[in-house]
Amino acid sequence: MSYLPLTVVALMAVTILGITAEPVYAMHISEGILPMGWAVLWFLASLPFVVLGLRNLRIRSEKEPHFKAMVGLVGAGVFVISCMPIPVPVAGTCSHPCGTGLAAILIGPSISVVVSSVALLLQALFLAHGGLTTLGANIFSMGVAGSFAGYGIFVLCRRMGLSFIVAAFLAGVLSDWATYATTSFILTGALHADTSFWKMFVTILLAFVPTQVPLGILEGFLSAGAYTFVHSRRPEYLGIFAKGGVA
Amino acid sequence: MKKLMIVLALIVVFVIGAALLSSHKAEWSGVDDSVVKKFAEQAGRPPSEPYINIAQGDMELFFFLLAGIVGGFTAGYYYRELFPPNQKLVGHSTNV
Repeated sequence: MSYLPLTVVALMAVTILGITAEPVYAMHISEGILPMGWAVLWFLASLPFVVLGLRNLRIRSEKEPHFKAMVGLVGAGVFVISCMPIPVPVAGTCSHPCGTGLAAILIGPSISVVVSSVALLLQALFLAHGGLTTLGANIFSMGVAGSFAGYGIFVLCRRMGLSFIVAAFLAGVLSDWATYATTSFILTGALHADTSFWKMFVTILLAFVPTQVPLGILEGFLSAGAYTFVHSRRPEYLGIFAKGGVA
Repeated sequence: MKKLMIVLALIVVFVIGAALLSSHKAEWSGVDDSVVKKFAEQAGRPPSEPYINIAQGDMELFFFLLAGIVGGFTAGYYYRELFPPNQKLVGHSTNV
């Protein structure tokens, strides 16, 4: 039984990824879609968050002995989750959760950006999932927007007196939706040309709705379940976060 | 044993469900095709070929399986480090 979690994670990951005969990119913006100027802009926009995350990772790793292991676990989770296509029967399409809302409430939003960056880089290099020129844009939508939206909602809910389960659920839901809203924004900014910006933004956003609304709710349950698990087993892992420490 | 049976049952249901879904008549394409690619092509910016193109024969399947194995076992390794088996848990204050 002690090997059960490892076995389950491995089996689920292998099964999910193995069934997929074709890559499914979902929110990942593929290679070549963004003009070079926009690609560079999103790299520059993401860079400060990555630098901040690396700094916070070093500080927290020195203070908390378990932290590197937690980052490793969360990183592997984000990597698998964010390239895991899930069929959405109501839409007849597939898409993937992001895992960054959960990552942000477990290890902090800036370090979640670092974890997302590594996951997205590996996916772009080895899985043709996203792209190298669009890496900055994908980091911004999934890493920055997803992480900070999830973290912000979690903190807000806790300050409003909501239980951590509800807060984690809403963090998962809204981080997923924020990611896809940001992807819509990035695409619109680069592609709208003569079309009205807001008209195209709303059109793209609405096109994501049938798939992402149910998937966001699924991500909410995933986040609430995982957070509850850590909280019940080892609440001290969440201690610094709870005290408002370096995030 | 009971937990193991539940987990195994869930895996079986999951695998069968996923297999059924994959053979369904629906497209089950990613939203990259139905949303991102569609709007990109309309704007005259279709996706280009990735720098490392794995869509050749079974290479794609290999890389996705490898990613699943590596990701899954990495998660399992750190999970065991963080939550060692058979550990007697001491009472912790739930300060979150």
